Amino acid sequence: MTQPRREVLQKLTPVLTKRWLSPDAWKIDTYERLDGYSALRKALDVHPDDLIQLVKDSGLRGRGGAGFPTGLKWNFIPQGDGKPHYLVINADEGEPGTCKDLPLMTYDPHSLVEGAIIASYAIRASRAFIYIRGEAVHAARRLRYAVREAYAKGYLGENILGSGFDLDLVVHSGAGAYICGEETALLDSLEGFRGQPRLRPPFPAVAGLYASPTVVNNVGTIASVPYIVLGGADWWKSMGTEKSSGPMIYSLSGRIANPGQYECGLGITLRELIELAGGMKPGHSLKFWTPGGSSTPLLTAEHIDTPMDFEGVAAAGSILGTTAMQIFSDQDCPVYATWRWLEFYHHESCGKCTPCREGNYWMVRTYRRILSGEGTPADLDTLQDTADNIFGRSFCGLGDGAATPVVSTLKWFRQDYLDYIEGRTAPRLSAKALVGAH
Amino acid sequence: MSDAVKTVDDMEFSPAAAPLAEKLLDPALEILARYPLGRQRSALLPLLHLVQTAEGQVSPAGVAFCAEVLGINKAQVGAVATFYTMYKRRPAGEYLVSVCTNTLCNVMGGQEVYDQLVEHLGVGHDETTADGKITLEHAECLAACDYAPVVTVNYDFTVDEATPEAAVGMVEKLRAGERPTPSRGARLCTLRETQWQLAGYADDRDGAVADGVAGAPTLRGVTLAQEHGVAVADFNPDTPIATTKPARDESAKPVKDASPARRKRAEPGRGAPATGGKDPQVRTAEERHPNAATPARGNPVTSSGRPAPTNPAEAEGMAGNAPAGDAKPAGDTERGESIVSEASAAQERGGPEEKK
Repeated sequence: MTQPRREVLQKLTPVLTKRWLSPDAWKIDTYERLDGYSALRKALDVHPDDLIQLVKDSGLRGRGGAGFPTGLKWNFIPQGDGKPHYLVINADEGEPGTCKDLPLMTYDPHSLVEGAIIASYAIRASRAFIYIRGEAVHAARRLRYAVREAYAKGYLGENILGSGFDLDLVVHSGAGAYICGEETALLDSLEGFRGQPRLRPPFPAVAGLYASPTVVNNVGTIASVPYIVLGGADWWKSMGTEKSSGPMIYSLSGRIANPGQYECGLGITLRELIELAGGMKPGHSLKFWTPGGSSTPLLTAEHIDTPMDFEGVAAAGSILGTTAMQIFSDQDCPVYATWRWLEFYHHESCGKCTPCREGNYWMVRTYRRILSGEGTPADLDTLQDTADNIFGRSFCGLGDGAATPVVSTLKWFRQDYLDYIEGRTAPRLSAKALVGAH
Repeated sequence: MSDAVKTVDDMEFSPAAAPLAEKLLDPALEILARYPLGRQRSALLPLLHLVQTAEGQVSPAGVAFCAEVLGINKAQVGAVATFYTMYKRRPAGEYLVSVCTNTLCNVMGGQEVYDQLVEHLGVGHDETTADGKITLEHAECLAACDYAPVVTVNYDFTVDEATPEAAVGMVEKLRAGERPTPSRGARLCTLRETQWQLAGYADDRDGAVADGVAGAPTLRGVTLAQEHGVAVADFNPDTPIATTKPARDESAKPVKDASPARRKRAEPGRGAPATGGKDPQVRTAEERHPNAATPARGNPVTSSGRPAPTNPAEAEGMAGNAPAGDAKPAGDTERGESIVSEASAAQERGGPEEKK
């Protein structure tokens, strides 16, 4: 394991993760001692429109994957329309590789609650929901406890801190469906339906939850808001790059010495992140990696110096996504990895759109055939063709996400496929290995 | 009909749903009260979690109970219950052991862990051991890739960086009646207790919320920064916010939706929200798309909401044909019972009335 150099260490920006070091930060007393709820007091003293402007000025972009400017999203909510508005926080973390929101909600839940109150005030919502992934039971425990404490202290409920602003916040557990991380599917699920995406427009800002104007934001986005309110837009922009401002929690996993969460300014490179993580695991060398979860096109060792911000990753032909970097080495097989992801997408496809539902079903079968040593060269064309017919032909991004590992591994690692087909690589799947397949 | 419908206080439940209503009506009404008036269907996911606390699964009785509490039909509940993986259709064991076999955990050894547990327990995916202790499943990404491979028990992170030996040792303890300490979750409880929390209730066990310290991977970046004295410079929490308007004016005020009054069991009128005599499917459509109820412009509208026919022949045809619903299963009544069972019940009572 190598020690990171000083100039790389300087790229760490502990902001959202800072309170994680205080073991009791999930309790309201500790949280209050660590600047907690001071942003709320400050925010309630200004007009909501000025808060929206502040968030716009900070350049904050959504932390859930798409990177949409947060202030702009809030600004889309029509004001004076006579309808109730809603804030819905997307805490349905489940993108393979992503593990930044769960620790945040477990070790610093009040920062999310405080951000939710400020955001609700800004968009004039008197009811907010945190839709948390069902499996995240411990994070939900802490979050529910935090909400109860916040009510008891007068940060939630009626006439918050004497401002005349009322807010009810409900923590709503999902029930095990990856698709509910897609915002319109999440809204359907929150309304008590199967989680299936809606056709847009209308966008949630106009007709979201209960057909009312709704802001859907990721946990990391909302938890960033109190820091912007406290430190100001200029301070926030002192981190990251011009177009991708602020700190970001990078989730590193796989074949590195020290997997974990590393909060750095946007724009850091994988080379620097691996250095922070103590280098690759001994005996492993980088072969391929996901920049932001499995739904983003894979990158290879040659992309190690790509700046990890929205523009940099896009220029490399991929997507920043959730900055979940799953790092694979020369000892991992990209064909096997892609097969396993496709089993996932096949299981999680909600079934609404034919290309995604049927395409994933058939791609999984094609992969099983290749991996059990019975593939043909034509299978590669079939895979490419199927993926092309899924991409861009479904309501939501799940179909696109499923197509990307296929297209990118066919692009970068065609030889690995041919090795199975032409018998140079021993088959990976047998009857036993298929026990785990759906 | 006297024994066909049981009564719990003043709210009526079908025979299928009545036993669950006896146990679960009070918490069910509490759950309904969390959502805005007229939007109670939002309570369906927590209600299904609640049903599992009593049944260990979502059975047809559980579906009927949810449908009757919400005033929707059973097909609508069934469609939701079968969509989500956390709703079990067979009774689950006391502990649900989930092994992540998604790509990253898989290549880090999760598949071997899962295979070993299959062999050791003699059950496959979504199957329960004969002693009713353990249900095994392979799970998709559990959002802890920095601890790969991971194993959860009742969704609490229990074994991190799991090996087949560690996982087998853990399930052996569970079978022996012990409760091993989870690596990062709260002290273990039964699956049904976890489901109670999933329905939205706080975990009231002493110390359970405090359990589970952050592991080294979670803290790696922030610890590095602390060790090397790295911090973000120039943070001033008193930085002023540029203001253009007074803090409080009319444009700063939200429009509120209506909150339902918290109904208690003893109060009259509680139970299913007022339906206005409308078909559940129609109500659903109108709630989700308020404009759906808007009549077509310029055309007179019949009582059924359809445009009035423009000639006598069409009028005659329309009168003789009830419109087909676009989703409601044929034969379902407002309450969600099937006309088939009503017809057979009528036969048992001595034949259909028309034959008299």
